[in-house]
Amino acid sequence: MRHLLSTADLSYAQANKILDTAKEMARISEGPVKKLPTLRGRTIVNLFFEDSTRTRISFEAAAKRLSADVINFSAKGSSASKGESLKDTAQTLQAMGADAVILRHSASGAAQRLASSHWTTGSVINAGDGTHEHPTQALLDAFTIRKHLRGGTGDLRGLTVAIVGDILHSRVARSNIHLLNLLGAQVILVAPPTLIPLGAEKWPVQISYDLDAVLPLVDAVMMLRVQQERMNDFFFPTAREYSHYYGLNSDRLKLMKPNSLIMHPGPMNRGLEITAESADSARSVILEQVTNGVSVRMAVLYLLLAGAPNEGGDLI
Amino acid sequence: MTDYLIDGGVLAHGKNVQVLISDGRIVEIDRIVSSPNAVNAVRVDARNCLILPGFVDLHTHLREPGREDSETVESGSRAAAKGGFTAVSAMANTFPVADTAGVVEQVYALGQAAGLCDVFPIGAVTQGLAGQALAELGAMADSKARVRIFSDDGNCVFDPIVMRRALEYVKKFNGVIAQHAQDPQLTKDAQMNEGFLSSRLGMKGWPSVAEESIIARDVLLADHVKSRLHVCHVTTSGGVDIIRWAKARGIQVSAEVTPHHLLLTEDLATSYDPMYKVNPPLRTQKDVMALREGLADGTIDVVATDHAPHSAESKECEWQAAAFGMLGLETAFSIVQATMIDTKMMTWSDLADRMSTAPALIGGYSDHGQSLRVGSRAHIAIVNPTRGWQVDRDLVASRSKNTPYHGMEFSGSVVATFFRGVPTVLDSKLVRSNNGN
Ligand SMILES: [Zn+2]
Repeated sequence: MRHLLSTADLSYAQANKILDTAKEMARISEGPVKKLPTLRGRTIVNLFFEDSTRTRISFEAAAKRLSADVINFSAKGSSASKGESLKDTAQTLQAMGADAVILRHSASGAAQRLASSHWTTGSVINAGDGTHEHPTQALLDAFTIRKHLRGGTGDLRGLTVAIVGDILHSRVARSNIHLLNLLGAQVILVAPPTLIPLGAEKWPVQISYDLDAVLPLVDAVMMLRVQQERMNDFFFPTAREYSHYYGLNSDRLKLMKPNSLIMHPGPMNRGLEITAESADSARSVILEQVTNGVSVRMAVLYLLLAGAPNEGGDLI
Repeated sequence: MTDYLIDGGVLAHGKNVQVLISDGRIVEIDRIVSSPNAVNAVRVDARNCLILPGFVDLHTHLREPGREDSETVESGSRAAAKGGFTAVSAMANTFPVADTAGVVEQVYALGQAAGLCDVFPIGAVTQGLAGQALAELGAMADSKARVRIFSDDGNCVFDPIVMRRALEYVKKFNGVIAQHAQDPQLTKDAQMNEGFLSSRLGMKGWPSVAEESIIARDVLLADHVKSRLHVCHVTTSGGVDIIRWAKARGIQVSAEVTPHHLLLTEDLATSYDPMYKVNPPLRTQKDVMALREGLADGTIDVVATDHAPHSAESKECEWQAAAFGMLGLETAFSIVQATMIDTKMMTWSDLADRMSTAPALIGGYSDHGQSLRVGSRAHIAIVNPTRGWQVDRDLVASRSKNTPYHGMEFSGSVVATFFRGVPTVLDSKLVRSNNGN
């Protein structure tokens, strides 16, 4: 494959290959020589139409460890809302010889649109498109779970993962649902009914409105960021009521299985969906998710781009 | 004026005829016409063709004045002629809005100057389409454009008291309010039909209830004040049910369906290609089937194109940023044939009714939609149901190329169009010099 747009596009073998490669990358990153020459002379563009410092620097670190040249292009503040700038920007980057474009955009489908256009011939990596997908986040989540609960190999069969919070607006949730299913895990979505997308009952998941009932069942719980503005759209009455029912606090920590994990894609709203106590508890792998993010993104770049120019993808 | 003899075709009900046209009217129609004038008439070969009354569109965005980069009255008229249309209804959402006698007269005059079909302006219901204050409905009705259909299309007349008053007010001149049924609160930032697919694609959903709740409210209002309601572009099976119910109660409601809602489904949004972004959105296969049934049984009175040209820039972008709308005039007939005739859901007479007679009646376009007989105006569409073609966006007559059908093949096509007895299209091509006006 040439692009990474959605975890739904991945085969079981491809997903495992990425995770296995990420493990190698992690090993190298921990060694004395952190840098690989693999992508020397290749140009990778971080094209961010939406602010996300953490995702951008994670991709940047990954690309640099593979010796690629990195161009950061922040289109925020320009006429991103007018849309045509995606085409113009992509064509500009194409003229500059970009081998890969890492795209973050507020519009769902932007990465797929770019990949299927003639605006660029490079690989497109979706770094988050609207409320659609964020595939590398799901891959790093799977990598983290696998490392802790499966000794770093194989799939996630037999594990149960709860995704809690604003499923409706979450690209992280969508990417995780596809990937966790592909890898054999059970997924339970937990949220107030207003934040469960219409038709989600047809997704390969269980749905619950009751976090307390779900927590004892899970091997990992992913807490999603909840934006306070959602209150203004009547998704829930108050932040306090949301926290009361769906926040991960110290009382709820006690409901969890001994070896279960607490995860969060960040940035956290401490006090809203997660308390400091939970975020900083021994079960929390939130910081490690950040570390693993670099390894997983290295793996993705490596697998998409290593090989002859314009013939990337042989490796996946 | 040149006389024309349409030779070798059949009428909608199957009768084989020759049609002799002189001075803008049908002067003889028979198996073999007997008039000596037939000898000198220009013969138009209609073998394997149906001879139908010229099509009438109740929902056309011609973009002039204001967005002449995407369409003009003239270019839209050419697209209409190619589609077999002899009358179109220009929607009011232009810049400036067609909410005064001045603007509607201008659009009407541009149509007459183009001379390829009648362009009947639709007047805005409210000033500036803002939904607050009624536009000068009476002045538009009394103008040279003789407006009878009023619509804020693009926007819903959402305030129930504004809608009620508009329905009442137009009774004076037998007008009709054409409602774009869309609850704006339920569709804020909406991108596509709400359901399993929108949830998967992460696009803000456009629930069918946003359409149906307005249709339900408006048929009740129309009943209450005993006025005429026309429902623009119905897209949901629930909407069809409500209209069926209303008609059974004797409420004066008519409704239209677009060719694209008869053919396409929301699944096309999976590509995130904004060519499929349209307002109201493409729905599910179940809705498509309900719309076809509704059109067949007469619950839905007419096919209307909602022809909506857009410049390349408004579609060459991500879905969310793209404009709503698709071209419709040049492909309408082929789609109706494919979805309604080839499926045996409708007869050719039904098609002539839904695409000509019924819309002309709703709009009060007395010159159009007449059955083809001696004395009637020669507004004629000649179609060949077995002459296939492939849609090519680079060959459209429209100024814009936003057709979702590019590359699609259809089995039937419009061969010729006569407007006031003069061919605007022959051999499926526009006739460059027409009557010399
Ligand atoms: Zn409309």
